[in-house]
Amino acid sequence: MNEMQSLGARQQGDKSSRGKGKYKPKGRMLEPVALAEVQALLGSDVTLQRDMLIEYLHIIQDSQKHLSARHLAALAHLMRLPMAEVWEVASFYDHFDLVRENETAPPACTIRVCTSLSCMLAGGERLLEKLQPYASDKVRFVAAPCIGACDKAPVAAIGHQLVEHASFDALKDVTTAGHADIPATARQFDAYLADGGYACLKALLDGSKSRDDVLAIMDDAALRGLGGAGFPTGRKWRIVGGQEGPRLMAVNGDEGEPGTFKDRLYLSKDPHRMIEGILIAAHVVNVDACYIYMRDEYPEIIALLHAEIAKVEAAGLADHVTLHLRRGAGAYICGEESAMIESIEGKRGLPRHRPPYVAEKGIFDRPTLVNNVETLYWVRDIIENGAKWFNAQGKEGHPGPRSYSVSGRVANPGVIFAAAGSSVRELIELCGGMADGHRFKGYLPGGASGGILPASKGDLPLDFGGPLADEGCFVGSHAVVVLSDQDNMWDAARNLMQFFAHESCGQCTPCRNGTSKAASLMAMHQPDTALLGELSIAMADASICGLGQAAANPLVTVMKHFPEDIGDAK
Amino acid sequence: MTTENISFTLDGKEVTAKDGETIWQAAARLGTDIPHLCYKDDTGYRADGNCRACMVEIEGERVLAASCIRTPAPGMVVNSQNHRAKTARKMVMELLVSDQPDRDVAHDPESELWKYAAEQNVETGRFPAKFSPEPDSSHPAIAVNMDACIQCGLCVRACREVQVNDVIGLAGRGADAHIVFDFGDDMGASTCVGCGECVQACPTGALMPKTMLDDASQKLSITPDRHVDSVCPYCGVGCQLTFSVKDDEIVAVSGRQGPANKGRLCVKGRYGFDYIANPERLTTPLIRRDDVPKSASLPFDPANPLTHFRKASWQEALDLAAHKFCDVRDTYGSNAMSGFGSAKGSNEEAYLVQKLVRTAFGTNNVDHCTRLCHASSVAALLENIGSGAVTASFSECRNADAIIVIGANPAVNHPVAATFIKNAAQRGAKLYVMDPRGQHLDRYATHSVNFRPGSDVALLNAMINVIITEDLFDTDYVRDHTEGFADLKARTAASTPEAMSPLCGIEPDVIRDVARGYAGANAAMIFWGMGISQHTHGTDNSRCLISLALLTGNVGKAGSGLHPLRGQNNVQGASDAGLIPMFFPDYKPVSDDETRAKYEALWDVKLDPNKGLTVVEITDAAFNGDIKAMYIMGENPAMSDPDQEHARAALANLDILVVQDIFMTETAAFADVILPASAFPEKDGSFTNTDRRVQIGRAAVAPPGEAQQDWWIIQELANRMGQSWNYSHPRDIFGEMRMVMPSLTGISWARLQAEDAVTYPCADEESEGQDVIFGDAFPTASGRGRMTPADILPPNETPDTEFPIVLTTGRLLEHWHTGSMTRRASVLDALEPEPEVHMAPETLEGLQVKAGDLVRVVTRRGEIELAARVDPKLPSGMIFVPFCFYEAPANYLTNPALDPFGKIPELKFAAARIEVVQEVAAE
Repeated sequence: MNEMQSLGARQQGDKSSRGKGKYKPKGRMLEPVALAEVQALLGSDVTLQRDMLIEYLHIIQDSQKHLSARHLAALAHLMRLPMAEVWEVASFYDHFDLVRENETAPPACTIRVCTSLSCMLAGGERLLEKLQPYASDKVRFVAAPCIGACDKAPVAAIGHQLVEHASFDALKDVTTAGHADIPATARQFDAYLADGGYACLKALLDGSKSRDDVLAIMDDAALRGLGGAGFPTGRKWRIVGGQEGPRLMAVNGDEGEPGTFKDRLYLSKDPHRMIEGILIAAHVVNVDACYIYMRDEYPEIIALLHAEIAKVEAAGLADHVTLHLRRGAGAYICGEESAMIESIEGKRGLPRHRPPYVAEKGIFDRPTLVNNVETLYWVRDIIENGAKWFNAQGKEGHPGPRSYSVSGRVANPGVIFAAAGSSVRELIELCGGMADGHRFKGYLPGGASGGILPASKGDLPLDFGGPLADEGCFVGSHAVVVLSDQDNMWDAARNLMQFFAHESCGQCTPCRNGTSKAASLMAMHQPDTALLGELSIAMADASICGLGQAAANPLVTVMKHFPEDIGDAK
Repeated sequence: MTTENISFTLDGKEVTAKDGETIWQAAARLGTDIPHLCYKDDTGYRADGNCRACMVEIEGERVLAASCIRTPAPGMVVNSQNHRAKTARKMVMELLVSDQPDRDVAHDPESELWKYAAEQNVETGRFPAKFSPEPDSSHPAIAVNMDACIQCGLCVRACREVQVNDVIGLAGRGADAHIVFDFGDDMGASTCVGCGECVQACPTGALMPKTMLDDASQKLSITPDRHVDSVCPYCGVGCQLTFSVKDDEIVAVSGRQGPANKGRLCVKGRYGFDYIANPERLTTPLIRRDDVPKSASLPFDPANPLTHFRKASWQEALDLAAHKFCDVRDTYGSNAMSGFGSAKGSNEEAYLVQKLVRTAFGTNNVDHCTRLCHASSVAALLENIGSGAVTASFSECRNADAIIVIGANPAVNHPVAATFIKNAAQRGAKLYVMDPRGQHLDRYATHSVNFRPGSDVALLNAMINVIITEDLFDTDYVRDHTEGFADLKARTAASTPEAMSPLCGIEPDVIRDVARGYAGANAAMIFWGMGISQHTHGTDNSRCLISLALLTGNVGKAGSGLHPLRGQNNVQGASDAGLIPMFFPDYKPVSDDETRAKYEALWDVKLDPNKGLTVVEITDAAFNGDIKAMYIMGENPAMSDPDQEHARAALANLDILVVQDIFMTETAAFADVILPASAFPEKDGSFTNTDRRVQIGRAAVAPPGEAQQDWWIIQELANRMGQSWNYSHPRDIFGEMRMVMPSLTGISWARLQAEDAVTYPCADEESEGQDVIFGDAFPTASGRGRMTPADILPPNETPDTEFPIVLTTGRLLEHWHTGSMTRRASVLDALEPEPEVHMAPETLEGLQVKAGDLVRVVTRRGEIELAARVDPKLPSGMIFVPFCFYEAPANYLTNPALDPFGKIPELKFAAARIEVVQEVAAE
């Protein structure tokens, strides 16, 4: 108990309490200068919207190269938000640098070096280590999770500028941030239009093609959610279309799954194919607005979409739907659709509980259609050429084509457009075989969480469900990472577990504690595999979302198929 | 959410979930306590399903489900006790326990976490522990030990969704997820208001009350030996709480699920309890020494009263007090007698004080501090709707679409009521906050209307004008339930928003928007406080509010009503019990022959048919020598009355002043006899909150030393003055009150004991009390509510060149009223230790002083010196001084000019100037 105080002589003018006060309201005071600065950055005539918080944070971060407490306090004041709410959102995302009053701001130039699996295989971790001594008050080097250019590993980003096949020499003396240019490869609006683009959309808008026509084709087409979940697209459109309006739509462009880079490729070449897909879906499902959520690691794509969407709107092709382009801020979990929706609403990317499903209650609790970039990319072609044309591009029992992002120890990594149900051995062939001096040892069939299989299982058809599922694996976003005899599978699994520990949203115990505890245990000389096994089951059973539920897949499959690689037994 | 019953299978049994129950709730109701940490089974706490301690298996689903957040579907088969579910739950506990300090050194080894861990035989974890954060002991009341945190976010929901104080967040990501205050600041440096809701919610001991911990604020060191359910002694909200007692000392306070507070408390209620153990408590009767004259200026140390007083026995002190009272009464007549009761005392004590004054003193000169608070509101309410009480409980705001808060700062003065207003705004109700000063509620407001001080009537008349001219009023309601419409219409016809805007400083469009928002709501409430009532036009202000409600039919239905927020914990009850110079209990006029005859029969005395004097009038009469004897129970007019120097001189002028209190107050310094009384947690009694809810307070500890129960002291005085009272417990007094007070129908002492709270009016012992009243008719002669127009009058003292600034006064969150309790509560004093004058940054700049510099505030009454506080919520041209600091008493400065109807002084408006003080550096 605190000591009792005596009030002393109680009379007017008594000064015994003098000097004890705080002389200001509780907590941090708003700085008028900071307020003016933030107002100037945001534009004083703007009505601030709660769901735009992350966009506003980007504006401040882009301009100041960090988020100072004084600016955040001003933003909280302007938005009438609790300071804690602004702080928790800002601190959730890797691309925001929060600086309190007594802390030093980071250097203006940030170079992110990818250390996820494909880049790790190509020396990303060593590169980062070698660069660290070159850090200064002008530049810093930080590890980054997958940047989505795994075929050019190792990669780095100087500010927003992507560096393919990054080398020590190319990076060591850099001190100023680059910026991202619109990809020269991109087919722009006029060219796309000249090539018959938007004819399909126009037919729908002028009524010469009906919603039912499109839905019938989509029912028959084997198009499935290519972000990784594989849900039949036609069925999803019908489910959301059947919900009571107003309905909304989101495009998941948060391609963060390590090893995946197909969406980036398609958008950098032919963005309008996706945009037309969006506008068709928006019409068919009758949504009021669509939020296109692009990961911050793809700045050139964001710039491209800004420019091209403006052209589409100017051409009057998007009058039926309001398009919003939103920018992620460095959080893998926002690829999970409900976490993405939270992020679109300007919040931390915490996955939601299900039920309810986002088709019933998504953005702003409205029924929401969520489609992946590539899924929408194929819509126009399917409607123009028919479901049969699309389905015929697959293998027996595996209808349709797929875009496999192949990286790792192959001669020519890249996006391989091939039949659904292709095996890894076929994909290695299509990539020109294994890289020089490497012998096929194992592979990741579906990104970081799809498990790791040995070469002996190299003939399994890569598709949703099926034999892969029987192995406890999945194809997900079709990110295939090929590993060789020079790779330790335990190290690969550890890299992936560290990735999950870094990317767990932190909401639920099994994932938040499970991934970090598993990563710690896996770093030990003689890991407790029994305990890891128990932990894996609880993570799979009790995590809220797919991240935690699948995070232990590589660990479990490596323990099963590569026991000789466990620990430092190599 | 469904309201139908759902049949499903739980652990092999066919069961039924009711009304949208979750699996966890259904299981709990049926006797299975599934482990849970992030879920708190209490009102206002949303299930979040994040800790995963409550996982169950649902057959046919790929993964397990969190039972706290999942509702069953018909036919669902749920297994809560099979191997898979139990294994997952146990692993979750192990993951959490691995990062905890060991149980034998745990901050709280009895926490929910350790309880459920032990239940599942998880004593230790096999996983490597993560880095533990440093303790944060920056807050005077709350120990923050985040090494025990499990990131369950209950504190975040407590802070942001329940109390809506908006300080706590869950920052970072993954294993770095961590609790922050504001921007990761120390709790004590953050905007934390110390409500302690987070502490009450925390399931791990990461947040704990320091009073329960060892000296290093690390480990639970106190196990209470008993718990006493009672009520909070501070404001009119009437939060139910539980005193935890060890060795006859209160060691902690927790919120209880009372109808008013739903488990919530504020910093005063939760942490402001150790005042009762302060060494300055009065423990023996005291009699003024013959060699010490009464003087307004003598230095006086309340810790050492023997410089002015000598100890006496109860016998001697009571005999002397009674003897001197009888002398004055018999020499100068009953009109020279007076008494102040207290709105902090119980209903029974209030009843006895007015009975003492009316019978033994023979006068109606009895009043209490309501006069300084809501007398004008009550005058207007009685005049227009026939009842001075609220027409709806504040919790009705949950049903309101629009809420006006005017002249009130509930986040400071009624913090728990404010949380329900904020809850309503978060739900989507329109909130209009109207006050010259900015305040915490502004963040949630549709409009914050910072009108010019004293221009209330202009602003409200403009709203009335909009509602009438735009035909927004409820025609049927006005026709069927009101009178005075034509007059109101005529008298506000010229008060267009354009005409009133220059007077009140609010844009016409804003006035229109607020008027339309209020009138357009299906149900709307108006809350008001001292900012409305403490003006010379306070009654007019209230009249306007009543007219707004009557015009729009916003009385008598769910979610609508007029609610003057009551200050003291028992303002309503003390007024009901007759501590008013013109009324017997239940507002029966003293001049009414029939009523008087009833009381004369009951009390067996002849009663004075004339209205008595009010608080400020009594003080004036004492100053003039017309009043010569005063009995003051639990009030501190030497601090609370306006123009303090005058008030203190009046007290010094008395022939006999008897003060009955728990501390040597500023008032007691002028006493002839001081009678040591019992503090709130030392007494049984009933208390009526702002909602008309009669609640029972229970003694938790015994009064110190020779201090006595107040009712006993009053009875002893009365009997020494010729009465023959024979009460043996407050329940006897309550029984007598029920004989004469129809408002207590249906509310017996036994029922209060059993139910803790009953709202009046209440038809009978079997019925619920009514939260919302006057749906059918008003208790007026016509049964209608009257709309009385108000004309625009300036404040009594307008700023001029000599005194250019508006001074307003009020309370701080941490300090109750004159501070006699809270400044002796160690936590509260640590939070607000020093008198400060609050002013806008521009005002500081204009004076060229820094925050913390000493300034002098001067009015025509007097001057005080105190530190400057920068407060951006104040408009320039206005300053605020809290009246709880004896060192710099605000009421040295205030204007005693009275409202002509409510006789309430204009404490909210005085013309002042500020002077810079050149401070000599202390050695």
